[in-house]
Amino acid sequence: MATASQQDYLWTLNFGPQHPATHTTLRILLTLDGERVVDAVPDIGYLHSGFEKIGEHLDYNQYVTVTDRMNYISPMANNVAWHHAVEKLLGIELTPRCQYLRVIIAELARISDHLLCVGAMGLDVGAFTFFLYGFYERERIYDIFEALCGARFTNSYTRVGGVMHDITPGTVEKIRDFLARFPATLEDMERLLTRNRIFVDRTQGVGVLTREEAINRGASGPVARASGVTRDLRKDEPYLAYRDFDFQVCCSRAGDCYARYLVRIHEMRESLRIVHQALENLPAGPVNVGIDRRVNLPDKSRVYQTIEGTITHFELVMSNRGFTVPCEEAYGAVEAPNGELGFYVVGDGSNVAYRARCRPPSFVHFALFPHLIRGHTLSDVVAVLGSLNIIAAELDR
Amino acid sequence: MSELVKNVTAALTARFDGCTVSEFRGEARVRVPRHHLLPVLQFLQQEQGFDLLVDITCVDYLVYRDATDRFGLVYLLCHTESSQRVTIRVTLNEPDLHVPSATPLWEAANWLEREVYDMFGIEFTGHPDLRRILLPPEFAAFPLRKDYPLQGRGERHNFVPLARDAS
Repeated sequence: MATASQQDYLWTLNFGPQHPATHTTLRILLTLDGERVVDAVPDIGYLHSGFEKIGEHLDYNQYVTVTDRMNYISPMANNVAWHHAVEKLLGIELTPRCQYLRVIIAELARISDHLLCVGAMGLDVGAFTFFLYGFYERERIYDIFEALCGARFTNSYTRVGGVMHDITPGTVEKIRDFLARFPATLEDMERLLTRNRIFVDRTQGVGVLTREEAINRGASGPVARASGVTRDLRKDEPYLAYRDFDFQVCCSRAGDCYARYLVRIHEMRESLRIVHQALENLPAGPVNVGIDRRVNLPDKSRVYQTIEGTITHFELVMSNRGFTVPCEEAYGAVEAPNGELGFYVVGDGSNVAYRARCRPPSFVHFALFPHLIRGHTLSDVVAVLGSLNIIAAELDR
Repeated sequence: MSELVKNVTAALTARFDGCTVSEFRGEARVRVPRHHLLPVLQFLQQEQGFDLLVDITCVDYLVYRDATDRFGLVYLLCHTESSQRVTIRVTLNEPDLHVPSATPLWEAANWLEREVYDMFGIEFTGHPDLRRILLPPEFAAFPLRKDYPLQGRGERHNFVPLARDAS
C-alpha cells in the first residue's frame, strides 16, 4: 500500500497554531482525502516556557504561582496537586480543616473546568448558547475564588502545610448560594444539548477509544472513564479527605466524544455533592499545620508575642534557612479535572526543588489525538479536540 | 508497601540480578541495571498486571549531593486493578546515553520519551519517531540538564530569523 505522502490526490491542511477551535496555541498537520482525515501530526511547543526549569529555581511556596499558569482553566486544582506532592516529600499531615477546604476548592475547580470543556465543545460544534450558560456559571465560581483569596484567575491559594487564608463566613454563603442555584442551570444546559439531535449526531461514534487502548496509551480522568476504565484517584488512592465523602465515579463504556461529554456533565453533579458535604461538615480548628513543623509563617500576633513564633518566622524567611527537606524523591498525584495530575519532586535539603517534574494530563491525552481522528471528517477534528480538553499551557509548560 | 507490591518486588529481585528495592513514604522504588530495563518492564506489565505507564521522566544528578551517576531515568507504573504503584529507576552516565524504548509495551511511552529526549538528550533505541517535541528542531542544547543556565541561552534573540522562503 502506498503511504500517505505518495498519493498525490491527498492534500495537507495546517490546523492552527492560531485557530478559533484550538482555543489555545497548537498546530495539527492534517493530511486529507477530500474531507476525510488520513493522518494527523500534532506539532506542539508553541507555549513552552520552561516551567520545570523555573521549578528548580523557585522555592516550594513560590512555585505555586507557576502552577497556576499550567492548566489555567482550573488553577486551584494545580495548586492542590503541587502542594500535595511537596507535602508528601516533606511528610506533612494536613489539619482536617485544611483538607476539607482543599477538597472544596478542588471540586469547585473541577466544576469550572468541566463547564468550560463541555461549553467549548458545544461552541465548536455550533451550540453557542450552551457555551454562554457555562461561562456565566464559571463567572460565579470566579467570584467565590475572589472572595476566598483575592484573585479570580491565578489563585495561588495553597501553601506548604496549609492555605493562604482561612475561609470566611461570607465566602461560605457564596458557595452555599452557588450550590443552591447551579443545579437548575445544569438542568438547563443538559436540556439544551444532551438530547440535541445535531450535537448527538456530531459526537456519537466519533473518536472512539476502547478500554484497552485507553490503558495502553496512558489515558486518565474523564477520558479514561468514558472508555470504561473505572479509575478515579479520589476513590482508588484517597488523598486529602475524600474518604469521608459519599460520591460516585462516573463512567461510560462507549469511549466516544459524546461519552466524554456525559461523563463530565455527571461529574459536575458529583462534585456538587462533595462540595455540599464538605462545606456542611467543615471541621473547626486551625487551618495550617502547627508551629512546630516550621513550614507556615505564623500569624503576626504569635510572631510578636511568643518566642516560638519569632523563631519560626525568622527560620522561614532567612535566606540560608527555610524548610527541612529530605534528600529524597516523591511522586504525588491528584485527580485533576483533566485526569491524573502529578508532580515528581526531588528534594536536595534546600527549600528549592532539585527537580519539579509535572505529569500533565493534556500532554498524554493529546498524544491520543491522531489515533482518535484517523478516518473521521475534518469537521470532527474540533469535536475530538474539544472532548479531550487540551490546554496548551499545560501541554507545553 | 502493600502486600502486592512486596510480592512483586520480591519476584523482581529473585528473577533479575542487581535490582535493589527501597521505600519512601510507603512507595516502592526499584533500581534496575540498564540491560534489565526492558525485561523488567515487560515482566511487570505482562505477568504482574502493572498495565498503566503513568510517566517517564529524568533527573540530572550533576550537582546533587553524594550522587555517583549523572542521569536517573524514572518510570512510574501503576497496577490499575488495585491502584498500587511502583517506581522503576535506571541510572545512566555519559557518554553512553542509550536505553531501550518502552514503546513496544506502551503507546503512552511515545511522547513521554520524546520529551525526555528533548530535555535531557537521552536516546531511546527502537523509538519510532524520536524527534524534539516541545523545542524547535534547530535547538542545539538540552535545557533541563543542570549545566544549562536558567537565563541567557536559547532565548528568542539568539535565534536567526527565518525568512519566509526558508521555512
